[in-house]
Order: sequence, then C-alpha cells, then structure tokens
Amino acid sequence: MTAPLVVFFVLAALAVIGAVSLIFQKHPIHSALSLIVVMIALAGLYLLLGAEFVAAVQIIVYGGAIMVLFVFVIMLLNAGIEEHTSVSKMAGPPGLLLVLALAGLVAATIVRSTDSIERTLQSGDMSSTMGISNMVFKDFVYPFELTSFLILVAVLGATVLAQREKS
Amino acid sequence: MNAFLTTNAELIITLVKIVLLLFIVLTVNAYLTWFERKVVAHMQSRWGPHRVGPHGLLQPLADGVKFLFKEDPTPAGVDKFVYYLAPLLALALALTSLALIPFGPDPIKLFGHDIYLGIAPPDVNIGILALFAITAMGVYGVALAGWSSNSKYPLLGGLRSSAQMISYELALTMSVVGVLLMAGSFNLKKIIEAQAHHPEWGIFGWNIWPQLLGFFCFFVAAVAETNRVPFDLPEAESELVAGFHTEYASFKFAMFFIAEYTSMITVSCLCSIMFFGGWLSPFPASWTFTHYLPSAILLPFGLWVIWDGIRYETIFGRIILPGVGTAIAGLGAVLILLPGVNLFIQGPFWLLSKILVFLFVYVWMRGTLPRFRYDQLMAFGWKLLLPLSIVNVIATSFIILAKMTWWGAQ
Repeated sequence: MTAPLVVFFVLAALAVIGAVSLIFQKHPIHSALSLIVVMIALAGLYLLLGAEFVAAVQIIVYGGAIMVLFVFVIMLLNAGIEEHTSVSKMAGPPGLLLVLALAGLVAATIVRSTDSIERTLQSGDMSSTMGISNMVFKDFVYPFELTSFLILVAVLGATVLAQREKS
Repeated sequence: MNAFLTTNAELIITLVKIVLLLFIVLTVNAYLTWFERKVVAHMQSRWGPHRVGPHGLLQPLADGVKFLFKEDPTPAGVDKFVYYLAPLLALALALTSLALIPFGPDPIKLFGHDIYLGIAPPDVNIGILALFAITAMGVYGVALAGWSSNSKYPLLGGLRSSAQMISYELALTMSVVGVLLMAGSFNLKKIIEAQAHHPEWGIFGWNIWPQLLGFFCFFVAAVAETNRVPFDLPEAESELVAGFHTEYASFKFAMFFIAEYTSMITVSCLCSIMFFGGWLSPFPASWTFTHYLPSAILLPFGLWVIWDGIRYETIFGRIILPGVGTAIAGLGAVLILLPGVNLFIQGPFWLLSKILVFLFVYVWMRGTLPRFRYDQLMAFGWKLLLPLSIVNVIATSFIILAKMTWWGAQ
C-alpha cells in the first residue's frame, strides 16, 4: 500500500467512526464533537484529492463556523442527556428500505467506476483555487449569483421572523 | 542506518525543526509573560518582577515550576473527557498554526538539503486559508472548557467567547481579502514577495499604505480572536471570576495561558507578513549599509547590559548580567565579521523585529484600554468592522480593475 492509500483508509475510518459515534452518543455536545471529527476527516480526504481550497473551506465553514454555532446553541439551551421515546412504528420498515436503496446506489457506483484510487488522486486540476474561481465566476456565474440571492432572502426572512415577537 | 537517513531525510529534518520551534516558542512565551509584566508595571509606575534573578529574569522559570507542582484538582460533576480535551485542543491548535509561518526567505544549505526557516514548505498554496482554518478551530478549546466545567461562570465565559469569535471571524477574513487581491495568492511567501515589487521603494512598497483600512479591521478583529484586552470578555475577572478557565488549575491552566500567548505571536507574525512586508527591510534594497543594523543594535545593547550588570546590587546579577551582555555583544561582533551570515540574518531579523513591535502593541493596549461592554463589543464587530472590511474589499477590487483596464498594469 502506498502512503496516500494508508492516509485515505485512516481518514475514511475516522469519518465512519465519527458518524457512528454521532448517532450513538447520549449527550448533544458529544454528538456535535463527533460531527466535527467527521468534518475534519472529510477535509483531510479533500486534501488527499488535491482539492486544497475545498479542504480549507470545509474546515473554516463547517468545522469552524457552523459547528461552533451548534455548540453555542447546545450550550445556550443547556441541553442535557437526550430522552428516549418509544420507537415510532413508521420509522422501521421505510427506514430499512431507504438504507437498502442507499447501499445499493453506493455499491452500483463503486462497481461501475473504472478509476482506481491512485488515478483519482492524480487528477487535481479542477480543484485548484484558480479552477474553482473560474468555474464560479465565469462558467456558472448566473446560478452562483442566484444562489447567493436565495441565501440573502433566507437571511432576511430569518431576521424578520426573529424580530416579530417584539411588537 | 545511513540509507535510512538519506531516504527519510525530509522527515527527520521536519521533526528536528518541530522540536526546535516548540522549544523556541515555549521559551519566548515564558519571557513574553515577563515582558508583559515589566512593561505594564512601568506604565503604572511600578517595578514589576525583580526579586527572582537579576531584573526578575528568572521569574518565568519560577512560574513554570509553580505551574508544574501545584495541586491539580478535578472539580466534581465535570464532563471528564471534554474537560481534559479542552486545554489540549487549545494548546495544540495554537502551536500548529505557527507551523505555517515562514520565518525567512533563504534556505540554509546543510548536507545537500535546502532547509527553510519554518516548518511547512514555502510553497503551501493555501497558506493563509490553512491558518484561518486552524484558528477557526481554536474556539472549541475555550467554548468546551467553559461548558465541561459544570459551573456557571465558565459557562458564561465559553458562551461569550464562541459568540465573539463567530462575530469577529467574518471581519477577520474579509479584511485580508484586499491583501490577497493585491498579491493574487494565498501563499504567505508570495504575499511577502508581492510587497517587494519595487525594491527601491522599501517601506513604501508594503501593503500597509494601500490597505490601511484592511489593517485596522484585521488587527482589531485579531485582538478579539485572541481574547486579549480590550476584548477579553470571556475571562473578564471583575464579572466572571476568571471566565472559561475558572475551574482549571495547575498545568491545565498553564496550557490555556501558553495557547493565548502563542496565538498572540501568530497574530503578530500575520500582521507583519501581510501588511508590513514580512522579512523585507524598510530601506531601499540599494542601501547595503543598513545590513549592519542588527550589529549596530546588538553591540551597544550588549555593552549596556555589561555596564548595567557590573553595578547590579546582587552578586548573582553581577556574574550573570555581564555574561549575557558579552554573549549579545559577541553576536553583534560575529555578524560584522561574517558577511555571509549577516546577509542571511537580514530577513529573520526584520521579521522578528516587527513581531516584537506587535507584541509590544498588545501589551501597550493592555496597559491602556479599558474592557468593552458586551453589547458594545457585538455592535462594534457587526456594525463597524464588518461593513468597513467589505468597503475595503470593494474599493481594492475597483482600483485593481481600473489599473488593469486604463493603465494596463499587472
């Protein structure tokens, strides 16, 4: 095994362990910490693919900003250990079906793909900062601007909803 | 053994560099506390530490020993895992961010290897982004310490700190965009080199002149990110006892302390690299006589320390101080005698001088400014710093665009 492959498996294992621990932890803060581990492992995987910019943004935005907000809200509400309710009957069979469908989808993608991991690691052309900015500000400038407009509207909506209680 | 050395040379060099940098940074941290106490004391017409060793120079050592040997109780009802994780996280992230700083332009050639000053190779394309990623994670040390202590004052401190860091991170990142636009790169080395575009301009080629607004926003936001006066609300002692580290004692407290001072050093490095030309000399490149400036500072300073030392009141001081002075003056003399070494030392000399100035500014602010109120802090971040930094980005990009279209520059 080459060194990048070893790093890949370590990071992948870390991401999976973090995701499983996110579900099984009893306390919201521990779950949030597990999610941070997943985010950082994903950033490492992006770095391994040569996508430096995406990796850094993944940590800054998800690891740094969004997860800090999660932790902040959990601390602010002083959420305790979660309480278990009786399992919903609707969640069982449809959930199992969805899990099977997802597993099938992933398996099909893996079987049909022809790229080896080594070759995927080599192709880091589109992932450079310049490549991304060219795509965002030249090729897809209108969808990009529309998306940011949508986000702006959502932010305004959230502000209006939050201020309504005052009057 | 020899084959092992040659195949893993890069790895071994990096490991040695990490150990060296850790040693240097921790020593500098220790003496930074001495520096801070001395400077603040003199600003308040006191003497500061002067009992332990000559001029109190052994005080950091005494403090370190005290931190190590104090009782380290774990309060009841803490979340053990997170309680122990928080100081580790704070310290590890603070130290990691220093690994990305380049400390000098030229490599040392040793055994056929180019050894650069600074741990990361100089061609890290996302240098500044990676640094921001690491500092963004630094919030967790403080926030989790506050939460896991299971006590009301730390919890309030942790809450304040996470809200403050989210607010000021936006201004911090927006304020450097102007510099990035001018350099056209995230690479810290390229950012410095872009400021040496006109070698004869010297100090007037630095980013501080076109980016004065950006520097103001960056420095204020960075001080807020490091939780220092006047933004030290997470540990406001008049309101929250000691804030997020109230329940931490002994070396776990020392870890938070070291983390805070290390991030001060990182911010000083970033300020000098991005706005003050990093390792560039403020003089035009043709003024080669300024290369003797390190000697011209070290020699008189060393002689002054000797002169001060022989009149010192304790015998220990009369032995130690002249020795230290001789070493400093000797270093200055060696630099005059070895032109090659002198030329190599120019870059690190200027970078370290600038870092020292910024560290002094940090201490100066602590001796001068009162603490913000919490609502003032939030209003300042969101209503002043963020709009200002956005204006700076827009203005900078318009000027660059105008330059490109009308003057055809760049």
